[in-house]
Amino acid sequence: MSDDIQVTKVLDLKGLACPMPVVKMSKGIKEVNVGEVVEAHTTDPGSLTDFPAWAKTSGNEILKTDQDGDVIKFYVARRS
Amino acid sequence: MDMQNLQNQLEEVQSQLETLKKGAAENKVAIIAFSGDMDKVLASFVIATGAVAMGMEAVMFFTFWGTPVLRDKNKSAGGKDLMGKLFGAMLPKGAGAVKSSKMNMGGMGTAMMKAVMKKKNIASLEEMIALAEELGVRIYVCEMSMDMMGFKREEFIDYKGLDFAGVATFLAEAQNAKVQLFV
Repeated sequence: MSDDIQVTKVLDLKGLACPMPVVKMSKGIKEVNVGEVVEAHTTDPGSLTDFPAWAKTSGNEILKTDQDGDVIKFYVARRS
Repeated sequence: MDMQNLQNQLEEVQSQLETLKKGAAENKVAIIAFSGDMDKVLASFVIATGAVAMGMEAVMFFTFWGTPVLRDKNKSAGGKDLMGKLFGAMLPKGAGAVKSSKMNMGGMGTAMMKAVMKKKNIASLEEMIALAEELGVRIYVCEMSMDMMGFKREEFIDYKGLDFAGVATFLAEAQNAKVQLFV
């Protein structure tokens, strides 16, 4: 519940449908340095499983997942 | 003598390792786009672009009914024989003209599907092709299909990363791809 994650960049992916959320996430993560965190907001329900799968194969880490109504928030740390 | 033996064995192992490395699966998706249906071609592009987002390489081979999808609606080519002209007229001219594989209902079903996609912010086929180009998805167009259907290179879309090739070129790319799909 505590907001102690330092976010470097917020990525608004709301309203985008598959495959856009993951495509834009893969671009967005390259805009921060390794170790920094991107907070991504998405409304695509497929993202709940897509983002963890993407993180695993792209070598990045999802620190936290929050759900606020129909907006899903992922806190992704760049690890590679 | 022992040292020589060890050395020989080491060389043998190294050479086997090289052979294994050459045959190892590459982090690549290879898709054969055989179908000319809008839904099927769209699905291929979603997979190809999704693969690039996941850090994989993606290569597509457009053949047979998939070939006309890459025609540019604003371009035309001359010098075709009768069969070529017939194919050109009967087959869809580009991504905007392809139809849904089911429930096309004389074009109405496809139009309705496109409207729903637009409303839900789902990328259209043309948008997916543009995205694929941006992401570096490579496309090979089958020369044999081109020849059979009388298509000329100049009537195809401008796509950075598009080449015309035969099956061997594609198979050379596909043989080590981790994911190989026929759509």
